[in-house]
Amino acid sequence: MNPSLSFLSLLSLLLLFSSALSFQSDELPFNDDDEFEGVRSSPGSASVAPPVRRRPDLDISSASDSKSLQFSLEHSLGDSEFSVAGTFTARLKSWTHGAQTLTKLRFTRNAISDTEKGLFERLLEDDDFYTIRIPSNVLNPSGKDYVVSSVRARCLPRESLDEHFVIHTDGVNVLSVNYGSAGGCQYPRPLKSPSKWSFSSYTVLKNSEQAPRTPTFVEQIIASENALEEGLQPPEKSFWAKYWMYILPIGFVLVNAMAQAANAAAEDQNQGGQPSQRAPAVRRR
Amino acid sequence: MEARFLLGFLLLLSLSSFAFAIYEDQVGLADWHKRYIGKVKHAVFHTQKTGRRRVVVSTEENAIASLDLRTGDILWRHVLGKNDAVDQIGLSLGKYVLTLSSQGSVLRAWNLPDGQMVWETDLQISNPSNSFLHVLGNVKSGRDSLSLVCNGGSIRAVSSIDGLVVWKKDLSVDGLKLKHVFQPPESDTIYAIGFIDSSLIALYHINAKTGELLKHATQASSVDLSSEISAISSDSLVALDTSRSNLLLIKFMAGTITNHKLPLSDIVQDFSGLAELIPTKSNDIFVVKTPSNVAFIKVKGDNEIELIGKADEAGIVSDSLILSEEEQAFAVVHHSNNAISFQVRINGREALTEGIKIEDHRGHVKRVFLNNYVRTDKSHGFRALIVMEDESLLLMQQGEVVWSREDGLASISDAVVAELPVEKEGGVSVVEVEHTLLEWLKGHMLKLKGTLMLSTPDDMAAIQAMHLKSTERNKMTRDHNGFRKLIIVLTQSGKVYALHTGDGRIVWAHLLTPLLQSESCPSPSVLTLRNWRVPHRKALQENPSILLVGRCGAGPESHGFLFIVDSYSGKVLETQILDHSIAEVVPLPLADSSEQKLHLVIDDKLNAHLYPRGSDALEVFVREMANMYYYKVENAKEVIKGYAFKKGCSTGSSAYCFGTRELWSVVFPSDSERIVATARRKINEVVHTQAKIMTNQDVMYKYISKNILFVATVSPKAAGGIGSAAPDEAWLVAYLIDTVTGRILHRVTHQGAQGPVHAVVSENWVVYHYFNLRAHRYEMTVIEIYDQSRADNKDVMKLVLGKHNLTAPITSYSRPEIATKSQSYFFTHSVKAIAVTTTARGITSKQILIGTIGDQVLALDKWYLDPRQTANPSQEEKEEGIIPLTDTLPIIPQSYVTHTRQVGDLRGIMSFPANLESTTHVFSYGIDLFYTRIAPSRTYDSLTDEFSYVLLLITVVVLIVAILVTWAMSQKKDLQEKWR
Repeated sequence: MNPSLSFLSLLSLLLLFSSALSFQSDELPFNDDDEFEGVRSSPGSASVAPPVRRRPDLDISSASDSKSLQFSLEHSLGDSEFSVAGTFTARLKSWTHGAQTLTKLRFTRNAISDTEKGLFERLLEDDDFYTIRIPSNVLNPSGKDYVVSSVRARCLPRESLDEHFVIHTDGVNVLSVNYGSAGGCQYPRPLKSPSKWSFSSYTVLKNSEQAPRTPTFVEQIIASENALEEGLQPPEKSFWAKYWMYILPIGFVLVNAMAQAANAAAEDQNQGGQPSQRAPAVRRR
Repeated sequence: MEARFLLGFLLLLSLSSFAFAIYEDQVGLADWHKRYIGKVKHAVFHTQKTGRRRVVVSTEENAIASLDLRTGDILWRHVLGKNDAVDQIGLSLGKYVLTLSSQGSVLRAWNLPDGQMVWETDLQISNPSNSFLHVLGNVKSGRDSLSLVCNGGSIRAVSSIDGLVVWKKDLSVDGLKLKHVFQPPESDTIYAIGFIDSSLIALYHINAKTGELLKHATQASSVDLSSEISAISSDSLVALDTSRSNLLLIKFMAGTITNHKLPLSDIVQDFSGLAELIPTKSNDIFVVKTPSNVAFIKVKGDNEIELIGKADEAGIVSDSLILSEEEQAFAVVHHSNNAISFQVRINGREALTEGIKIEDHRGHVKRVFLNNYVRTDKSHGFRALIVMEDESLLLMQQGEVVWSREDGLASISDAVVAELPVEKEGGVSVVEVEHTLLEWLKGHMLKLKGTLMLSTPDDMAAIQAMHLKSTERNKMTRDHNGFRKLIIVLTQSGKVYALHTGDGRIVWAHLLTPLLQSESCPSPSVLTLRNWRVPHRKALQENPSILLVGRCGAGPESHGFLFIVDSYSGKVLETQILDHSIAEVVPLPLADSSEQKLHLVIDDKLNAHLYPRGSDALEVFVREMANMYYYKVENAKEVIKGYAFKKGCSTGSSAYCFGTRELWSVVFPSDSERIVATARRKINEVVHTQAKIMTNQDVMYKYISKNILFVATVSPKAAGGIGSAAPDEAWLVAYLIDTVTGRILHRVTHQGAQGPVHAVVSENWVVYHYFNLRAHRYEMTVIEIYDQSRADNKDVMKLVLGKHNLTAPITSYSRPEIATKSQSYFFTHSVKAIAVTTTARGITSKQILIGTIGDQVLALDKWYLDPRQTANPSQEEKEEGIIPLTDTLPIIPQSYVTHTRQVGDLRGIMSFPANLESTTHVFSYGIDLFYTRIAPSRTYDSLTDEFSYVLLLITVVVLIVAILVTWAMSQKKDLQEKWR
């Protein structure tokens, strides 16, 4: 695609999105195929009031088999109460067999307010926990069950505050959210302030893997054994590779024997002189 | 060709280590096996003139056993399944033992002499309830006698010979509960009496041969009836009302029923509280037990009642024992201090009183079973079987305890290992040394003879006997190899036993809960035990001790208590009733300055209380508090939560109390997953090698974390037994969760699989066992976890230059880069328990210890469960000893560590290391106990007991002599040479 064209379309999409916020359209704002994507909340678009949360049941998209829904991320800095910190947008895909799954997760962080910044700085100083939570049932967040995750605040600061979400889902239920820094976290944790007070977020959606079926291969083994017997001979090894374990000790023994022989010869020479010296002594007696 | 031969040899060599087995004559050298029966709930004596005198008992552990009345030995024993509780036992035809089990739905007959099952009948009872068995002795239908089983409103008559249901009568009356069935002598009619909805009394006349209903009558009762009745004669019975303060005398003659209410306070003065009726057999006497005394009451004529005897202290009363037509005996047992008074009353009057001393670690008397015998002077003698509070069983006769059985050991709930005392220097007399030296020499000469195949069968027997009673292994001191240890076990009754690993004898036993019983602690029960102080560098001179934690009441909010007990003697060092409840005890890997291990007691409000209380313990804890985490699996809510500790708790201001704060949670969707199993690594497991070398000479680093939690969930439909869900509705999800951050490290779904799940976690792997509905077989899966973040350390140059991250501290907050490898296999058996061997340094290869359905312990090499296996291993892989991938795990008969023994109702397997790296102790418990030592990779670091030191010595001596002789000879020859 032409880069300028794509830029234009992106711009128009962004425009659409911003207008969507203002008049609460229920049209689906985005429509691309990435499973996950990081959205950096720009400090420029800082708004003091959190964006209006839309009820998920209002988010009915035009497509009959999938609809968009939103759920919010709440955070707690130290011992403070939980407050809204960002919004996840996902699409709910209904399968023909009745199951529903979440796809195309996207995340928008709210900008950090000054009070939050102050609190976060305290967290950094105390090496305390930064806790987040999202509702465990995203279809109807009753406000009762949340999946919670925490990280030591000092793990987050890098250039900005780097965070990494792994959301484990089972259909529409969120089992757990793993929250942490994008990379490693040093230990002991040094006190370090980010140069830029904003979050850069990466989100990953994970479903359960299926275990492979237990192999049943009685015939295969028989076949493979036959194959091994007939054709599949291992490649012939070199002489050295095959017999080194014999050659080495033999060599060692040989070297030893030679050395001993040499010694014996030398001793013989020495001893050759001795009897002549001793003999007179005997005779003297 | 040679290379291939060598390869084969190597393979053989590697295989030889798989096959671990012992020879027949080695049985009992390192292992021991103890059989128990559990807490007795019913007993039937069989004391005919001829044959062995025996007692048949059924127990709370669902065992039926026949015990020799002379010695208390088990003649035979059967353990019924977990869901097959015995309701009643009886004798029939004088040669069969009848047992009614599974809430009255299964009736079995066992041959009395040898315990073979003769027949079994499923009575097909639709709504099992309180059933009772009644054996009719005199139904004259040939040689047969019928056994009646009553359940609610239906009666089944079962032939005693073959167990066939002869007739079945459903009285089909709503709310009818039959209470008593009897047959007057020389009559073909059976009378069945029951209550309908606790207000009507109903009487049925039934033909004993056909089950035909002949007549029935009902009568309204003047009081509400409870379930307790006592039949006092062929035409009357006594019942208690629901308030347990009034008696109802019911008479039924010629098809009519009369009832008469009698307030208990009229009969027994100073009556208060709730009364209890003791079941009796006949002759117009019944027994009422009130909180303060036991009253023997006789019915005279019409509605006349007379108190004929009274035992003033409320004791434990046995069932009635009929001596003759006229006489009926009861035993009343009181307990005072460390003696019990045993009283036999015949028709209410005192016939015999004996005082018997009993060790105070047995607690109070719980049950009494009375039996009589004819003395040499033709008078009645009495013996009684007594069940004590600690579930032990005693036989008393002539004021003495004839034998006792420690059957509390059949219900072990927890176990820890403690060291024995260090051997003291000196103090051994010369005589003893000379004696032992002589013995030692004699023994070795015998062994030498055995080795040189010169020994006679007698010598062989002597060698075997010497092996078995080797004094070395039963010493009460610590040995260099760490083979002698104490296993300290806690039983369900709250009794603590110390068992010696040498021969399984009880070193000490204590029942601690009676020490606590008071107003502030009404019903103490011990929950768990932990090592409190372990001998260790500094604490080598101090006695090790253990911690017992319990609760004062039944509810989770009741206050807790602690005991600290000396491991050597069982002496209580400290007792403490806590001001908070106990939900969990978390041992910490920290110790204070006197080497007492720190423990956190979590209460029901999620506060953490630190023990021991001491400023240095507090200091140690606070220093490490930032790195401490706690997790809790809430099975009911399907939630796992993680917590950190913080200062200040919600309930008090104690410095030792810490609050918790929720850090993470994992919420399993309740409509699709149920937690069925969790497992984690042993806290003290040692891992020797951090890396594993793959076949292509590649190195993989193990992801070794102490914080891995394995969780298995199944779909709610599949949470029941096998067969409750179709394969499409069943799935099992296995999780590996980091308990510090709550991170799900790995998650995998097995479609069509269901529980029961048994799992074991060790090093960097987890093995779990479950049922595969699609394949109709059990399966075992292994998951191995590898750390990818350290993968670049393979570079030797980096290692040399120190540019590696192997020594960097690992934190759970780093995002782990892990790779998992997994493989599933079919496994033939279902599993009762699973464990893994642990050795002192973790070098020896691991074996998985599996408690099989046959109550044996199978040691399966971890090699068999290796995700690296492929169907066609390459040459290199074969050289590594990797066996070809098979779909089924092999079960080699020699690898049963229990060899021919069975550990009845196996519940747990425990493995603990010896000091010798190659060897590990295995202790498995159920109703029976079995202990052995195994060497998963053979004993590569020690000589076996079989090794003949004398032979070695003689060889050395002979060699020295030969050297001297040849030297002398050569000298001589040399001289001769020189003279020539």
